[in-house]
Amino acid sequence: MNSPSIQPVAPAIEPGHSPWADAWHRLQKNRLAVIGGGVLVVLALACTFGPLLSAYSYEEQNLSNSFAPPGTAHWLGTDQLGRDLLVRLLYGGRISLGVGLCATFVALTIGVVYGAVAGYLGGRTDAVMMRLVDIIYALPFTIFVILLMVFFGRNIVLLFVAIGAVEWLTMARIVRGQVMTLKKMEFIEAARSLGFGNRRIIFRHLLPNLLGPVIVYTTLTIPAVMLLEAFLSFLGLGVQPPMSSWGTLIKDGAEKMEEYWWLLIFPGTIFSLTLFSLNFLGDGLRDALDVRAAKD
Amino acid sequence: MFRFVARRLLQIIPVLLVIITATFFMVRFVPGGPFTAEKAIPPEIMKNLEAHYGLDQPLWRQYFTYLGQIARGDLGPSFKYSNRTVNEIIAQKLPVSLELGGWAMLIALGLGLPLGVFAAARHNTWLDYVCSAVGMIGICVPTFVLGPLLALFFGIYLQWLNVSGWYGPTDRILPGLTLGFVYAAYIMRLTRGGMLEVLNQDFIRTARAKGASETRIIFRHALRGGLLPVVSFLGPAIAGILTGSFVIETIFQIPGLGREFVNSAFNRDYTLVLGTVILYAGLLVFMNLVVDVMQVWLNPRLKFE
Repeated sequence: MNSPSIQPVAPAIEPGHSPWADAWHRLQKNRLAVIGGGVLVVLALACTFGPLLSAYSYEEQNLSNSFAPPGTAHWLGTDQLGRDLLVRLLYGGRISLGVGLCATFVALTIGVVYGAVAGYLGGRTDAVMMRLVDIIYALPFTIFVILLMVFFGRNIVLLFVAIGAVEWLTMARIVRGQVMTLKKMEFIEAARSLGFGNRRIIFRHLLPNLLGPVIVYTTLTIPAVMLLEAFLSFLGLGVQPPMSSWGTLIKDGAEKMEEYWWLLIFPGTIFSLTLFSLNFLGDGLRDALDVRAAKD
Repeated sequence: MFRFVARRLLQIIPVLLVIITATFFMVRFVPGGPFTAEKAIPPEIMKNLEAHYGLDQPLWRQYFTYLGQIARGDLGPSFKYSNRTVNEIIAQKLPVSLELGGWAMLIALGLGLPLGVFAAARHNTWLDYVCSAVGMIGICVPTFVLGPLLALFFGIYLQWLNVSGWYGPTDRILPGLTLGFVYAAYIMRLTRGGMLEVLNQDFIRTARAKGASETRIIFRHALRGGLLPVVSFLGPAIAGILTGSFVIETIFQIPGLGREFVNSAFNRDYTLVLGTVILYAGLLVFMNLVVDVMQVWLNPRLKFE
């Protein structure tokens, strides 16, 4: 009974690096991606909380103070109705970023499910589904979005859906390609031999392994979506006054740039800066997660 | 190859049919019509108008009448511009848009290809970094920011060029540059990427080992393979330039088809909307075919099937 009690010994294994930790490490070394991410965080915070802290509201008019150049009272000046540009810019950022996120979410959902199903089922179903994607890809889809927006009122939910419906195609292609490779791997075979159904295999075993490419491509879809929203707003088909998105602000600015440069320069700069940040972050993520062919 | 092209041409027909049908019914189920104006038109006149344009017929009959018309190449009369047919309007406006698109494409290729090749040939030097930075700017500064900025600088500040209009040859510079620059940036990135990949392959090393000059390696050996990603991008690029011209035509006040299309949608000019959509779709599908043929021609590993 005197046998030495067995002490639990801490396993002398080096703390392992998960692939995600490795990727995170690589991302942190990419200076441009880190700066991009930082800029995005700052912008998102500013757009969320900035309008609450300001003395002005985005629709507050002050006609005696229209077209005030940037100064101490209005840091970025005012527009033709005397509205504070900074607040409108931050408020517009909420809409632009919001549209970017929501429409990307729509595109993401459709694209991932469609691509995963096509890639997993393969054969005839896959051929038909991907042929459909090819056909839609070849269509002037922006034209249809324009028609939709003109005809069915310019409401913002429709905007999400319309943009999402355009941008899912590339996602579907990427996911399908990944699924085609993954499904030949042993762990899927193992899952199948255990008698799991198709749905369970797709959602529980395939999709988690797709996360890398999907994350990368999502980061790169957001700027594309924001561009499309701004494009529509520029044509007068997007967000309607008194709300403002960056696209509508740029449109207004472009009309009055000859005398009132700040109305164009500030929205244009902020918008471009956001696109830069998203693209740098996306490129950085692609390198960090080692995803090939997500873009280009 | 002939069979490949013929079969692809035949495939265009059902695609166009789907587009025509979808657009036709979408336009018709939309609230408001071409004659809904602020001032109400007396019902008798309305009736006459509708009868004149065949709008009093059942929808399915209108649809088949329209299909018959298109088959004969007639896009019908415009609802908004009385006494003008859609064919006339397109014939007048399309050349302007095509010219704009042509200049943009020329600038995109003329700027993007050389810069991409240079960047790849001087990989990881300052030249490469400058080119890549320019590429990033092109992608991140949208046309509707770049256009007004260019107009502000060259038109108003330096007074070298007109801010808007479409008269003299110099009026082509700013719109063409604005529209082309984004695609130049993409083409530059794709060329650079494609060239870098090819330049890493064994046959290039063999060529180097045999003492071929760097110029010869790039132009004789690498270029053909390196351009493949660019060629597959040309399809989407053409589509983008077509729709991108809507914005450019608005910024620079160019009397092209793009602006006409957006207006026609606002005006519920059914026939003009349909005509433009069919034209754009047809053009696009056809250009995609051209791109596919070019791709096989450049890449011997692909076959016409």
